Amino acid sequence: MSTELQKPDATATAGHTMPSRESADRKQLTQGRWAYTLLAPSLILLAVVIIYPVLNAIIMSFQKDSGLDPATGFFSEGGPAGFENYTHWLLQQCTAPGGGSVACPPGTLGAQFWDSMGTTFFFTVVTVAFETVLGFWMAIIMARAFRGRSLIRAAVLVPWAIPTAVTAKLWFFIFAFEGIANKLFGTQILWTGSEWPAKWAIIIADVWKTTPFMALLILAGLQLIPDEVYEAAKVDGASTWQRFRLITLPLVKPALMVAILFRVLDALRMYDLPAIMTQGANGTTTLSILVVQQIRQGFNTAAALSTITFLVIFLVAFIFVRFLGANAVDAATSSGKAK
Amino acid sequence: MSTATASKTSTAPAEKPKRPFNWGSLRTYISAVIILIWCLAPFYWMLVTAFRDVGYTFDTTPFFTHITWDNFATVFDESLGNHFGRNLLNSLIVGAVTTVVALLVGVFAAYALARLNFRFKFVVLGFILGASMFPGVALVTPLFQLFTNIGWFGTYQALIIPNISFVLPLTVYTLTSFFREMPWELEEAARIDGCTQGQAFRKVILPLAAPATFTTAILAFIASWNEFLIASQLSNDSTKTVTVAIAYFAGAQPHQEPYTAVMAAGTVVTIPLVILVLVFQRKIVAGLTAGAVK
Amino acid sequence: MKSKKFLLPAAVAGVLALSLTACGGGGGGGGTSSGGASGDAANNLDGRGPITYVQGKDNSNVVRPLIEKWNAAHPDEKVTFKEQSDQADQQHDDLVQNFQAKNANYDVMSVDLIWVAEFAAKGWLQPLKDKTAISTDGMLESTVKSATYNNTLYAAPQSSDGGILYYRSDLVTTPPKTWDEMMKMCDIAKQNNIGCYAGQFQKYEGLTVNAAEAINSAGGKIVDDSGKAAVNSAEAKAGLNNLVQAYKDGNIPTEAITFQEEQGRQAFEAGKLLFLRNWPYVYNLAKTDGSSTVKDTFKMAPLPGKDGPGASSLGGHNIAMSVYSKNKATVADFIKFITSEETQRFYATQGSLAPVLTKLYDDQELVTKLPYLPVLKTSIENAVPRPVTPFYPAVTKAVQDNAYAALKGEKTVDSAISDMQAAIESAGAK
Repeated sequence: MSTELQKPDATATAGHTMPSRESADRKQLTQGRWAYTLLAPSLILLAVVIIYPVLNAIIMSFQKDSGLDPATGFFSEGGPAGFENYTHWLLQQCTAPGGGSVACPPGTLGAQFWDSMGTTFFFTVVTVAFETVLGFWMAIIMARAFRGRSLIRAAVLVPWAIPTAVTAKLWFFIFAFEGIANKLFGTQILWTGSEWPAKWAIIIADVWKTTPFMALLILAGLQLIPDEVYEAAKVDGASTWQRFRLITLPLVKPALMVAILFRVLDALRMYDLPAIMTQGANGTTTLSILVVQQIRQGFNTAAALSTITFLVIFLVAFIFVRFLGANAVDAATSSGKAK
Repeated sequence: MSTATASKTSTAPAEKPKRPFNWGSLRTYISAVIILIWCLAPFYWMLVTAFRDVGYTFDTTPFFTHITWDNFATVFDESLGNHFGRNLLNSLIVGAVTTVVALLVGVFAAYALARLNFRFKFVVLGFILGASMFPGVALVTPLFQLFTNIGWFGTYQALIIPNISFVLPLTVYTLTSFFREMPWELEEAARIDGCTQGQAFRKVILPLAAPATFTTAILAFIASWNEFLIASQLSNDSTKTVTVAIAYFAGAQPHQEPYTAVMAAGTVVTIPLVILVLVFQRKIVAGLTAGAVK
Repeated sequence: MKSKKFLLPAAVAGVLALSLTACGGGGGGGGTSSGGASGDAANNLDGRGPITYVQGKDNSNVVRPLIEKWNAAHPDEKVTFKEQSDQADQQHDDLVQNFQAKNANYDVMSVDLIWVAEFAAKGWLQPLKDKTAISTDGMLESTVKSATYNNTLYAAPQSSDGGILYYRSDLVTTPPKTWDEMMKMCDIAKQNNIGCYAGQFQKYEGLTVNAAEAINSAGGKIVDDSGKAAVNSAEAKAGLNNLVQAYKDGNIPTEAITFQEEQGRQAFEAGKLLFLRNWPYVYNLAKTDGSSTVKDTFKMAPLPGKDGPGASSLGGHNIAMSVYSKNKATVADFIKFITSEETQRFYATQGSLAPVLTKLYDDQELVTKLPYLPVLKTSIENAVPRPVTPFYPAVTKAVQDNAYAALKGEKTVDSAISDMQAAIESAGAK
């Protein structure tokens, strides 16, 4: 909101003073054609990789997984499933041995659905919160001019530049019972073998790995703020906290919201770290881990789970963009509706 | 601590330069040291492991002991079927093409989203995010079938196109947000001063956009550099990337985990990447921003 | 500017056309083939020509020399080696992808024995009978069993593996023959202030291996011969209870809940364990690792059971032929080459892989090189393949989740076993 006050509105900057509705509409039409030409390459690239798999998954999610034909010992097509694959997850209903359905017994994937939904959201909220705060702090430090700044900028890249699979192995190794973490701190924590330490081990690894992403995006946002703004505020006697709250935060907000949005979307699909560090044990099974395990058991049921995950994430993104004001998007959209 | 560095920090530019002791600067340095430790401590442990004799894999002495280059030799040992140099080159090709194309295409899209007025913008924005919403693990099988059917298995484009799609949403969104924050009135002003639209863009807008674009490029490049799922299914021996190659490392015996070799490979992958980014940052971004109006 | 405007839509059309044609051929990907299987299995039985052999990472450079040797002798039927990742899960998924795509270039592959039933039931593996028959004479019985589904041989045993009890020979003079004997010896561990027994108890495939050993050794079973859930028995409960009780008593140290193979080896090499259940690979490493403190103070014994040797879970790989291969006659010859005595000997000496031929275990030359062979023979002779079922991923999940919960004391052994039974039943009930 406050950005709107500080900055001239986008439509105005673009220099369209609109004399009448009609010409505004015509303007929008020609701009629209031009806009879609510019957007076309992006949309096509995304369509190839997204639309086909998603449609494929949706169609498959309404098919039963192949079942074993006891007469031949071979699998045979499952046939149409209706919403069975969806109720399997949402209501945690499994097929009973004699037909009909029962509550999924512990030790099946179906029984884990809501738990892993909770785990996924827990990880998302906690990791993104830590990453935002830490990332902001790192960005502010990196934005200052001091000797050795480039060293810090290089160091911050390191965690992010290590491939995730290697990171996960590294942390698995660090958090082993006889590993360096317990040795350095003189503790005897079962990092990967008990509920909360396992969660924290994953959170620490994830925060370590992805804070640089936040920091770099926020830094880029900070660099857009002219020094004069701060100087003017100082002259007006604003305290450090006031300067942060009234200048830095609103001006960085667009970049920050984009960074948070993408971190949220990524965190909701977290897979590698828990898969390698705990294999999903001790309440660390995320939705993506569940998808992978289910793919190995039956593809169509997994397709339903992927679709559910997709819808959940879509909902989160929608809420984010619409109501929490992922500013860049929000403002861009509002200018899209002819004012 | 170096109290002499009464450096002008951008958040505290008004402080008197001759003050005997600059608390702000000291705080900055302390923070910087904490950040360094936080970011580098695990990496340090990675290095220690990478340089450690495989017979001491589980040794937890926190400094370099039993130092050897063997693990690095293993990484590049062609007789074991490792072609890590080739894999590095592949990652570089895939990453570079992905980044360049994504940026190019993303700049068009971001410009349209930030500066143009058109219908269904919200739908388009939602669609672009779509690539970041479907569980990546569930994309692999359909894409595998799609690309093998059109004979793209083991080609670079089979790796590059999905990678572009994975980094595009972020590219478009960050560029859009930055484009919206840019003082476009300067472009108008330059044109009034007699610049053509192209000149105005090159001389005014580009330098301003450089840091943000560069950040986006780093993010895109590293994301592509780290991509594993697609590469593991759609690359063959000649297009295999480093992340896949690392997953192929094995201990000398079944069940033996090749920690030391994996850490050596991780080091080989990480250090050049960081240097590359730094060099680019110095040479290119500094060059571009030098003439900025800021 | 103008020209760009026209170029873009053209590019659009191009890419769209591409993606459309692609969609046409896409297909479901569900991976079933009841009808088609017999058709594919009847084709190309006499086909000869170049083939591709697929296997996970070649740990100790065994495969390349073998293939060179084969290629020198068969210039018209050359074998190409397609190496997969080191991770079993990734190998599995890669094979599934290629079977679903009916990839004729995956002719012959090394499969972990727990995948045989699944792949066979999907109709992806060529039955090794009639024209493609492979003789299993002289092979260890349990390995042949692991390659058999529905009374048909679908793969040939390639290399074996079995659990071994490593023990500290400086503290224990005669190794325990039964579980109860071993538990009694735990006092020795206490006096020396070290852990008593560990296996692999983290929640992963290794826990299935260990839980299955406990259950099988006590006379229980996880699934019966027809693949139906059969774990709900007093014997199975007693078996699982052995582990649970030992963990509760501290005879299995607390940290063992985080152990995979490597962490157990680490603890044993550091002298922190009296007994360790692990695979033969530990032998060489514990003898040679610089950080090993037990180089000369450990020995091996068969796993302890109820009244005698325990029932090890069988490990290892089988070699299988794809039904989609175009050159099945060549593949059959290649499988015979891999299972030949000469190759098996090479596997053992070069790669420390346990042979599948019984007589090699008594071969003096090999025993000198691999001193664990006699113990391993007992282990493998008493071994039980892990559940042979096409629903293996679901079954192993059921075993892991419930055994883990029982170990941690989150549920009783009784309810863990009955949940296990219900979860396995639910897997097959589709």
